Amino acid sequence: MRLLKIIPILAFFVFAYSGSANAQCKAFAKKECLPELGPFQHDGNYHAAVLVEGEEAELYKTFYSNMEYRVAIVGEDKLPAIEFKILDSEKNVLYTNKDKDFAKTWDFKLQSSQQLKLVVKVSSFNKPGDTPASGCVAIMFGFKIKK
Amino acid sequence: MNRKYRISSGVLVVFILIISLLSGCKGGKKPAEENVTVTVAPNAEVLQDIKQAEKIFNALPSPLESAMLIKSAGARFDEHLLNPVSNQNNYVTSKAMALNLGIYTCDLSFASLYEQTQLLIDYMNAAKKMADGLGILKAIQQEDIDKLEANINNTEVIMDVVSQTFMNSNSELEDMGRTAVASTVLVGGWIEGLYISTQLVDMNDFNGNKLVGRIIDQKLSIDILLNLLKGSKGDPSVDELIVQVSKLKAVFDKFKITSGPVRPEYDKTSNTTVLKSEVKTDMTPEIFKELSSVVAEIRNSFIM
Repeated sequence: MRLLKIIPILAFFVFAYSGSANAQCKAFAKKECLPELGPFQHDGNYHAAVLVEGEEAELYKTFYSNMEYRVAIVGEDKLPAIEFKILDSEKNVLYTNKDKDFAKTWDFKLQSSQQLKLVVKVSSFNKPGDTPASGCVAIMFGFKIKK
Repeated sequence: MNRKYRISSGVLVVFILIISLLSGCKGGKKPAEENVTVTVAPNAEVLQDIKQAEKIFNALPSPLESAMLIKSAGARFDEHLLNPVSNQNNYVTSKAMALNLGIYTCDLSFASLYEQTQLLIDYMNAAKKMADGLGILKAIQQEDIDKLEANINNTEVIMDVVSQTFMNSNSELEDMGRTAVASTVLVGGWIEGLYISTQLVDMNDFNGNKLVGRIIDQKLSIDILLNLLKGSKGDPSVDELIVQVSKLKAVFDKFKITSGPVRPEYDKTSNTTVLKSEVKTDMTPEIFKELSSVVAEIRNSFIM
């Protein structure tokens, strides 16, 4: 019977903690990533997750011809540098921020609409024995409004 | 026996707390199901990649981007193509409210880009009613509407409010673990954008029509949209959507898009990379008419 009382309480904490972590990541995305879009209009989509050192995430999106885009990828300060690269559907690397001192943004436009893949990787502090750092990484897209 | 019971309860408490800490990290094994949004993967290799990767974000064009694509193709504004705000009281089920949250957000974005100020407020109120009905009260708040009214001639502020409310709706649903509802909102917005575009095409001006080009591009999204919905398979309202979207996919499958290699060229003056490539398609007016008809049928079933 006691167990039956405990389960709903724990379920509440599970739900509350999970929602709270997501909310923190959203707050981080809004505060730190959104401003990086600068003069580009945020499209309204939201992509953020907690990543650990060395971990990768991928994003797939279609980008349209004659639109000017900016992608902004920002990680929390406690994380090492965030590396990202952009690949076409044939897996050719079109851009990597590793060559640009781990820049947080990349501006681009397309002659023809394409589906592209973004690979985001949290690099490593290379400190064996330490607990790997983890934190929120946010990805946002903006485009130029055409009058 | 009693002692054993106490120990197992304690173990259970610790176990559930650990699970709760891990689940807060949102980087679970099935992130594709957690995201509202979906991607575009036209070939089998890319689809295979998606299945193998652990942390995936899939991104369909947002309602604001869809509206921008229509406008940038030189299309005119036609209020009669939007879902009338007078329909808002008809939507009482969770599915209907989710679909029409997506639809009204797309209509709102369309009205914003064409500076239809009064419509903009009306559609924001309609979207708020849908969001409130879904229990995501923080997604669109009265202060957002007040901000719109106070900045009715300031396009920049309007766009910011529109994109922010969409982001809030998405993330609120994700936070609540309501993946099926979040996917349904996305389907509503995407179908509405496709419906408006197809209705605006003048068939006497089919060849070389920029808007037709934008509609062809949506073929790139259909497979992943289906995959997103399949993540919530078993939910009766999502199962119905899968049937409808599959019907649409069958029409998209009737034509091809062939792309040449992508060549990045950096433009130093604008600090922008231009991705150059050529694409070809064999879309015909007949397939287009069929596509328009299926899209209209699906969209009209959403707004009934």
